[in-house]
Amino acid sequence: MSLTKAERTIITSMWSKISTQADTIGTEALERLFASYPQTKTYFPHFDLNPGSAQLRAHGSKVLAAVGEAVKSIDNIAGALSKLSELHAYILRVDPVNFKLLSHCLLVTVALHFPADFTADAHAAWDKFLSVVSSVLTEKYR
Amino acid sequence: MVLSAADKAAVRALWKKLSNNVGVYATEALERTFLAFPSTKTYFFHLDLSPGSAQVKAHGKKVADALTLAVDHMDDLPRALSALSDLHAHKLRVDPVNFKLLTHCLLVTLARHFPGDFSPTLQASLDKFLSDVVLALASSYH
Repeated sequence: MSLTKAERTIITSMWSKISTQADTIGTEALERLFASYPQTKTYFPHFDLNPGSAQLRAHGSKVLAAVGEAVKSIDNIAGALSKLSELHAYILRVDPVNFKLLSHCLLVTVALHFPADFTADAHAAWDKFLSVVSSVLTEKYR
Repeated sequence: MVLSAADKAAVRALWKKLSNNVGVYATEALERTFLAFPSTKTYFFHLDLSPGSAQVKAHGKKVADALTLAVDHMDDLPRALSALSDLHAHKLRVDPVNFKLLTHCLLVTLARHFPGDFSPTLQASLDKFLSDVVLALASSYH
C-alpha cells in the first residue's frame, strides 16, 4: 500500500493544523481507546490511566510526536519509524490488532476537533496513512 | 456484550438529539465507507455511488431506519433484527467484516457533528451498542 500524491498533500496539510493541538489529540485518542476497548489497558499496568493523568498526557504526546515523524518523512515512513518498529517488535510486543483500534480512535478524535477539514477524502487518506504506520510498527514481529 | 443502563440511556439520549437527521448521518457514513474502504462498493453495483447520489441518500435512510429500530429495541436486538439478519446473510450475502467498517465511519461522522457530546464514555456506549447490532445482524450466517 502506498500513498498517492493527493493523499500525501491532504495528510501534510492537515498535519499542520493537527500539530497545533498534538498533545490534546494524542491524549484524547488514548482516553477513547481505553474507554471503548478496556483490553488495551493491559499494556499499561505501570500507568495511572485516569483521565487527566500526567502519564496519560505524556504518552499521548509521544504517540502524536511519532505520527508527526511519519508525516515529516511521508516518503519513507519505514525509515523514520525503524527504531519504534523494533521497540514494538522486541520489547513492547503489542498485539497488532490494537493498532487498528488506536487508529480508529485517532480518526474519531481528529474528526471531532476538525469537522470541516475531515472530509470523506481526508478520512480515507488518513485511514490509509495510519494503516501504513501500523504496518511499519508491526513488520518486524516475525 | 451486555449494555448497562447507563449505556442504553446514553445511546437513547444521543438518538433523541439526532432526531430527524439520522438519515443524513447514515448517508455520510456510507459515503465515507465507500471512499475509505472501496472493497465495500462490491455490494452496490446496482447503485450510483457518485457523491451526492440520490440512491446513496435513499440507502442511507434505510440504514438509519434500521438503526433507529435497533435503538428502540435494545433489550431485544436479535429478535428485532432477525429479518434484517436473514436478508444480509442469505440474500445480500455481505461479509460481516464490512459491518465494522460502516460502524467505524458512523462513529467518525457522529463525532464530527456532535463534538460537544461525543465524550469517550458516549463513544464507548455507542461502540458497544453498534457491536451488538452487528452481532445480531451476523447471527443468521451459517
